Amino acid sequence: MSEATLSMAQAAGAWKLPYRGKVGMACLIIAESAIFTIFVVAYLYYAGRSLSGPTPREVLETPIFFTICLLSSSLTIHFAEKFLERGSRGGFLGFWLLTFILGGLFLFGTGHEWHRLIYEHGLTISTNLFGTTYYSLVGLHAFHVTVGLIMLGIVFLLGLAGRVGAEQSARVEVLSMYWHFVDAVWVVVFTVVYILGR
Amino acid sequence: MSSDAIAIGVAGAGGRSWVEELHDWVTTVDHKRLGILYILYALLFLVIGGLEAMVIRIQLMRAHNDFVSPQVFNRMFTMHGTTMIFFVIMPVMFGFANYLVPLMIGARDMAFPRLNAFSFWLTAFGGFLLYFSFLGGSGLYGAGNAPDVGWWAYAPLTSRAFSPGHSTDYWTISVLVSGFGSIGTATNIIATVLSMRCPGMTLGRMPLMGWMTLVMSGLVLITISPLTAAQVMLIVDRYLGGHFFDTQAGGSAALWMHFFWIFGHPEVYILVIPAFAFASEIIPVFSRKPIFGYPVMVAATVGIGFISMSVWAHHMFTIGMTSTANTFFVLTTMAISVPTGIKIFNWLGTMWGGKLHFKTPMLFCVAFLFQFLVAGLTGIMLGAAPFNWQLNGSYFVIAHFHYVIVGAIFFCILGAVYYWYPKMTGRMLNETLGKLHFWLFVIGFHMTFDLMHIPGLLGMPRRIYTYEPGRGWESWNMLVTIGTFIQAFATLIFLVNLVVSYFKGPKAGNDPWDAWTLEWSVSSPPPAYNFAVLPEVESRRPLWDRKHPEDPDSRYD
Amino acid sequence: MNLRETEGEGVAGRIAGILLLFLSLLFAAGLCAARPQGDNPIPNIFEPHSTPADSILHLSIFVLTITGLIFLVVFTLLVYAIVKFRARAGDSPHEPPQVYGSTQIELAWTVIPTLIVVVLFLATTRVLHAIQDAPKPASAVEVIAIGHQFWWEFRYPELGIVTANELHIPVSDPANPTPTYLKLLSADTDHSFWVPQLAGKTDLIPNRVNRMWVDPHRTGVFLGQCAQYCGTQHAKMLLKVSVDSAEDFKSWVNAQQHPAMQDDSVSAGRKVFETTACINCHAVGGTPATGRFGPDLTHMMSRNTIAAGAAENTREKLRLWIQNPEAIKPGSLMPAMKLSDTDLDALVSYLETLR
Repeated sequence: MSEATLSMAQAAGAWKLPYRGKVGMACLIIAESAIFTIFVVAYLYYAGRSLSGPTPREVLETPIFFTICLLSSSLTIHFAEKFLERGSRGGFLGFWLLTFILGGLFLFGTGHEWHRLIYEHGLTISTNLFGTTYYSLVGLHAFHVTVGLIMLGIVFLLGLAGRVGAEQSARVEVLSMYWHFVDAVWVVVFTVVYILGR
Repeated sequence: MSSDAIAIGVAGAGGRSWVEELHDWVTTVDHKRLGILYILYALLFLVIGGLEAMVIRIQLMRAHNDFVSPQVFNRMFTMHGTTMIFFVIMPVMFGFANYLVPLMIGARDMAFPRLNAFSFWLTAFGGFLLYFSFLGGSGLYGAGNAPDVGWWAYAPLTSRAFSPGHSTDYWTISVLVSGFGSIGTATNIIATVLSMRCPGMTLGRMPLMGWMTLVMSGLVLITISPLTAAQVMLIVDRYLGGHFFDTQAGGSAALWMHFFWIFGHPEVYILVIPAFAFASEIIPVFSRKPIFGYPVMVAATVGIGFISMSVWAHHMFTIGMTSTANTFFVLTTMAISVPTGIKIFNWLGTMWGGKLHFKTPMLFCVAFLFQFLVAGLTGIMLGAAPFNWQLNGSYFVIAHFHYVIVGAIFFCILGAVYYWYPKMTGRMLNETLGKLHFWLFVIGFHMTFDLMHIPGLLGMPRRIYTYEPGRGWESWNMLVTIGTFIQAFATLIFLVNLVVSYFKGPKAGNDPWDAWTLEWSVSSPPPAYNFAVLPEVESRRPLWDRKHPEDPDSRYD
Repeated sequence: MNLRETEGEGVAGRIAGILLLFLSLLFAAGLCAARPQGDNPIPNIFEPHSTPADSILHLSIFVLTITGLIFLVVFTLLVYAIVKFRARAGDSPHEPPQVYGSTQIELAWTVIPTLIVVVLFLATTRVLHAIQDAPKPASAVEVIAIGHQFWWEFRYPELGIVTANELHIPVSDPANPTPTYLKLLSADTDHSFWVPQLAGKTDLIPNRVNRMWVDPHRTGVFLGQCAQYCGTQHAKMLLKVSVDSAEDFKSWVNAQQHPAMQDDSVSAGRKVFETTACINCHAVGGTPATGRFGPDLTHMMSRNTIAAGAAENTREKLRLWIQNPEAIKPGSLMPAMKLSDTDLDALVSYLETLR
């Protein structure tokens, strides 16, 4: 066993391992995917099996606009990352804020839809199997969007205070992995709830 | 935190007060200290869970016994199972992984030290919350108190209708919270293994402990999560009027079973794979040979990880699935015996042609081999679905899984304690007491769990607080109970050894066992920073290469 | 530092071997010792008296033989290794040959177990389908079993019978089979119907219909109990299956089909029954009592036990059960009826007429 120091081997670039932040976030995403999978399975299993109460076809309206908002936020966060890597603070902050707004719009849309479902159609989590599985699945996703927005907000404020530069781009990339995951989950949830489940 | 040896809280060293020492331990982010905290935590709950088992066994010693009421008995078996799985075995495995993995891969700490501490405290909180239920669980008609729904918490027994009060919620939330801790530690282990290996340590040169904790952590990520999801659904049912498992509203009791066992079966592999890791480190050293078939061991472990995700409904053969579904699960269940058997053969192959030294760690690992063989074979019996229709829900199953969890997993854990205690504390455990512990425990274990198969074959179901005389079960139950007292006594000897050796044991030095992995290259206990200079390795056994420069492993790597 | 050998280490293997041999003998003795004993037979899965349990026995012997052989082979190899390769005091100080592995051996001990698995799988599948997918003959007796906390409801829809806890079914002559097909339902939580000598167990799950069948080959009484934890008194949800000859079964059916006996000497007790909360839960055929939460009591005296086997069906126990069920089955759902002694005695006298 040679006694070569760390810096020599690594400085030579011979020993490269994956960035642990990305590995950690990938692990979180895998675990979260498993949780969402179970809720999706429950949704699909119970589709059409409610004994009474409103059915999806009767009450659901496909949220196309808000979906476009959320999915484009993946694009804007990607641009924000790119700007940050190049050290362009203004571009980064601008696109980051846009991401936040698009995410916030999506959340507003979810809240608006729930308001309509509860007060106009009387569909709550305890109404029937559809109500239970719908609010749980969409709610779980909305919760993850909320957490993401909080993180985005913190980074934005730190960015305004000048604390986010090109050196932090690896960490920002880790957060944007989470945001992309949230969007990808929405693609699945949208398909299951508004397309298949009808 | 002191910059030299991490000794377990001996106050007064270097003029530090016990308050400062305690503060250091509570706020530590050092993987070695967190590892020790996990292990001590597990030891505490081992004693508590063991006492619960003894209450169960005393009650079942004879027919129509009234040592405890049915209500207390039902809480005992629920708490015993939940405690042993979530607050003994999982923490002890995470503890050893935490302590050993960075040392074995030549790193200074885990990838995320603060997440490490957070995960430990989440798990610890979960355990205390579960036990707080004895005090705080009062609810309707005093129907609170500790949970009594079995450790699987089948629906709809767990619904508000059948479990009023808060006892079920203590089960749900404590396991949920410790589940988050488990996911955190699993993430940490994966990131550490993938991103923190020292130069030269490719994945193919990593000790098998590294591979096995990697696979185990991967399993944790995808199996604890289904349990988390199901528990959230249960909370929605119990508190928000949801209908996930509400059979009156068209919900499905079987859905809970599927979700639970999709977690529950891989969970037992999460428990056993680190045990395999311990055996894979200990057996080679005491056979004086490298592990036989390293690549195959890795492949078999990964294979077991994958197949384990597909066998879950063998816990549900009696619920009335179609014959097609039953057949599928028979196939996958039997298939998993192939990679598992391969591992047994590889350990045998390691011993074959070696020079076997039967120190206490090796004794426990050899007993593990015999016992795991039996456990695996009774598992195959249970995998034959029609046979399962008789054996499921009976004492045969209890005997089988205790054979795995105690006979295989716990024996390996004991081997690991005897093997790595010198590294962690700098002292050797007493070898005479160790052998006494071993033999007494073996006798008690076999008396209890060999004989326990028989009442199952004679029709005795599980989870019953008493049974009818004349069914041929009494004498077996009495003998089974006597065995538990022997095991308890043996465990007492073990605990005494742990404490006395800490103060009086002979100094261990760096490498008391003449072993070959990196943790033995540093002092016992290691310095806080692990390695003064990060090592660079050229083979799977860096210390073998150093000790045998004329015949290094690196020549064949 | 080198590991020093101490004497007697190899004894470890020998002792382990002897221990295991002893325990296997004990095991075998235990199985042989379990013989049916008159009125209280041992519910031994190795003493089947019905085709499903029989098929399972044959499969289990096959599986046990194969696993037993595997055990013997691997056990022998392990013991041999422990004895042959243990370090001895006079050994050379060199390390043994450092063998890393062998592809041929790995292949061998992958292929052979795989073949064994295939054989076991095929044998299992055959029995699985034979039992689960057996077509129901027209001569089958149909029983609906409904699991309750903590008792069994049995209905014979074609015969118009509702009874509880003690199941009567006809013996089935292999030449002219009259099996009993059970439909399994649950009124509350999960339960499991397990009478080992007749069949493997099948669960009763709410909102789910399960089916099983038995065709007992000889008359007699076969014992079992609930095998899925269902709550506090899961342990006392006992099963007693009476397999009757064709004539006995017919007379039992006849008796059950009659409405309740009318006996004016117990009219006081009957009045107590019909004016207190009893009728909320219990039914007595031909009277205003039509409650279904608790067992049907129309012919309760035709049963040897009460409370799903928790107590003998005697006057004292019946009285105690009504007065204070917690004394017999703590946690059961039968409420203490809080009757005066006069009312209680009259009530029990009435119930004793329900043959």
